Amino acid sequence: MSDDIKVDKVFDLKGLPCPMPVVKVSKGIKEVEIGQVIEAQSTDPGSLTDFPAWARTSGNEILKTEQNDDDDVIKFYIKRNA
Amino acid sequence: MDMQDIENQFTELKSQLAALEKKTAEDKLSMVVFSGDLDKIIAAFVIATGAVAMGMDAVMFFTFWGTPVLRDAKKSAGGKDIFGKMFGAMLPKGLGQVKLSQMNMGGMGTAMMKSLMKKKNVASLEQFLEMAEELGVRIFICEMSMDLMGFKREEMIDYKNLTFCGVAKFLEEAANSKVQLFI
Repeated sequence: MSDDIKVDKVFDLKGLPCPMPVVKVSKGIKEVEIGQVIEAQSTDPGSLTDFPAWARTSGNEILKTEQNDDDDVIKFYIKRNA
Repeated sequence: MDMQDIENQFTELKSQLAALEKKTAEDKLSMVVFSGDLDKIIAAFVIATGAVAMGMDAVMFFTFWGTPVLRDAKKSAGGKDIFGKMFGAMLPKGLGQVKLSQMNMGGMGTAMMKSLMKKKNVASLEQFLEMAEELGVRIFICEMSMDLMGFKREEMIDYKNLTFCGVAKFLEEAANSKVQLFI
């Protein structure tokens, strides 16, 4: 978890390939209120381009993207705006 | 300019705006699924379910070789002529029987691809169909293909948003869709 962002819900999407990360996040973000933040953990490298594209289209905001060198997990902190 | 003029202009503008709104494409994906190949149908379902995730409506119009794939493996229909029986027996009965368009190698390639998909967590066609239904993807089945190949409505899959239709229905959907694809 990132230090400066308060996460309201975490979605474990590790091991899921296209299109599942985006499908699950688009459904999952509706489980929090507008203004709240979800953390989505993906191992699909395509997510790096897919999540920003999804956020732009759906009107939500990616606050931060985190990648560690020691594993393949990409963490997206997404604020529900729409 | 008096009040009447302004009012007339306003009315005209309003009707022009309404006409314009009618012409504007919706956030919708309309797709023709012509192919009955495993690889192409996977692509079709990935794009359709992805479209819903992107906030779009998605419509899939199954025609020609795509039609037999939407038969329910557990259902059957009687009263078919010789051609209907032939098509019925030779074409895939349901999503479980579709093959790769390339590298099928007598079924070995398809089996290998399926096991690889499972290993890599890629959804199976059955899972994709279930997901599409849950996400509200609408499926149209071409009546002409059904009739040509002798398929009956009672042997097709159970699916919430299933409509049997002709080309006009597809074109109505496609004409006001921002994205149209032929697979």
